[in-house]
Amino acid sequence: MPTIVVDVMPKAELLDPQGKAVAGALARRGEDAFSTVRIGKRFELTVDGEVDDAVLARAREIAEEILSNAVIEDVVGIEVVE
Amino acid sequence: MSVRIGVITFPGSLDDRDAQRAIRLAGAEPVALWHGSHDLEDVDALVLPGGFSYGDYLRSGAIAALSPIMAEVKDAAAAGMPVLGICNGFQMLVEAHLLPGGLIRNANQQFIRRDQRLRVENASTAWTNAFRAGDEIVVPLKNGEGGYIADGETLKRIEGEGLVAFRYLGINPNGSLNDIAGLVNERGNVVGLMPHPEHATEPGFGPDTAAAMRSGTDGLGFFASAMAAVAALAA
Repeated sequence: MPTIVVDVMPKAELLDPQGKAVAGALARRGEDAFSTVRIGKRFELTVDGEVDDAVLARAREIAEEILSNAVIEDVVGIEVVE
Repeated sequence: MSVRIGVITFPGSLDDRDAQRAIRLAGAEPVALWHGSHDLEDVDALVLPGGFSYGDYLRSGAIAALSPIMAEVKDAAAAGMPVLGICNGFQMLVEAHLLPGGLIRNANQQFIRRDQRLRVENASTAWTNAFRAGDEIVVPLKNGEGGYIADGETLKRIEGEGLVAFRYLGINPNGSLNDIAGLVNERGNVVGLMPHPEHATEPGFGPDTAAAMRSGTDGLGFFASAMAAVAALAA
């Protein structure tokens, strides 16, 4: 069944406390190749039937209005995978 | 006729009963409301209580903000009814776009529980008119996602228009921009804050004060304010 994958990330200019905590742990382990870590979310919306333009448009609206909060996050990707 | 203040219970609400008790202690009549209903049962004011609705899934308050009863809450807010969001309720109000900005994980990643000093910045709201601007109050704070954020333009607007209702004093516990602890909407009827006024309403169970341990009742002023606001609306 086709799946629409939505990726959401905290806004770049905002503090990402989770990412910062992971980056701190990596640094403590001597992983010095990675300077920053940012943590986002991936949503997988399974579709019964075809993903036509209408379904994709609706997914885009849901991604902007419900799956993410534009005040603190950005939708950085919407793609269809089989 | 007593003032009826509704407290909406959502799946995962924790402080709904405490809010009801605080309302009773303040001299109003608490009315238990349910998130799945479309009936506000003729209440005069509304409290969205603290807790962890839907386990904080998606974003704190986000799923509760889509509840059936939130349609009526939005209509009531638009009609001028006093609405107070406490902690998770504040998160619901920003997710429902009834207040600007957003709340994210505390800057230090810690869940904070402390008796928090606050300054009342705006004393002309439906939930703060019993105070004077500049008053210092102590109210318990307990949250993991209380960091207030907004973009620069929004922050400038809310500061310029006096929409900051409360500011953290002494310590900023969660990294909130401009030490913002609570906000009010332009009309003055919708207030949200992270600290819990309902936990400072009964001697023996409130924050410590200089006078005696656990004697703090600064939270009563919130509910007294709403009762005065309701009386003013009816007049």
